[in-house]
Amino acid sequence: MTENTNTKTNKNLDAFQKRKNKEEMKRQLISFGLMIVLTLIAFAVVATGAIESMFVIPLLAFLAVIQVAFQFYYFMHMKDKGHEMPTVLIYGGVWAALLTLAGLALISWW
Amino acid sequence: MSHDHSLYPETMPQNPEKATLEGKNKFLGLWFFLGGETVLFASLFGTYLALKDSTAGGPSSEELFGLELVFIMTVLLLTSSLTSVYAMYHMRNNDFKKMQLWLGITALLGIGFLGLEIYEFSHYITEYGFTFRSSAFGSAFYALVGFHGGHVTFGICWIIALMIRNARRGLNLYNAPKFNTYSLYWHYIDVIWVFVFTVVYLMGKVG
Repeated sequence: MTENTNTKTNKNLDAFQKRKNKEEMKRQLISFGLMIVLTLIAFAVVATGAIESMFVIPLLAFLAVIQVAFQFYYFMHMKDKGHEMPTVLIYGGVWAALLTLAGLALISWW
Repeated sequence: MSHDHSLYPETMPQNPEKATLEGKNKFLGLWFFLGGETVLFASLFGTYLALKDSTAGGPSSEELFGLELVFIMTVLLLTSSLTSVYAMYHMRNNDFKKMQLWLGITALLGIGFLGLEIYEFSHYITEYGFTFRSSAFGSAFYALVGFHGGHVTFGICWIIALMIRNARRGLNLYNAPKFNTYSLYWHYIDVIWVFVFTVVYLMGKVG
């Protein structure tokens, strides 16, 4: 691990690390922009009623899943190293969530 | 790592939030909690989808919802997610003051979101008589959206408590994991909101 290799004083963080953090922040800003665009598309599709409702619902679900992926992988750093266990935990949760939805769908629409 | 002096180091490690065993445990524990929250919200979403057409003669989702307000709420919450990313950026650069500033902005945006949600609910209740008890649709709607709003409320209280408690302490290895845990939770609230505005409001408008 790279921790505690930095010998500079408190206020004087490693210049390399600062630069790396800055690049990371730029990526975060780009993902924020993309998330805003996805949101705009979703609202515009519904507000204008341009697309038939049969196609709108899968499209909306698709846009939501992409936006959530950005949130998880960029904002919550799941793309970074050392996130194997969080990935297992959250996908485990998603799996159980899908089972819950399937069960509810079964008892409502059988 | 768990010695006292390592909590107030001369040098801060690159990831102060995960430098201690306590920090690593908090990090994993929160992700485990979020996995559980996913299941909890899935059951609320499933219930809502099953009951959303049972309006008992009351207003339907298409008549009730207005997209403008929901759009503003979405932008507020999404921006607050970005500002908490900024706060964590300053935490990793060991800049306590700027971290506190961005956390404060995050809290304000969260309060703005909550204010709009309260306005929305009171509008439904007074203008449409649409309450928790008026129909199965009402119960499912307020349970789902209200539960999300409850999470926002909890998050705002959490961050205000953290900011006040650590205001004079500065950033160290003891509280860095606490701030990081909060920011992950706050992002997760936005994840849930993405599904709320998609499934409840947008799909509710489409019918």
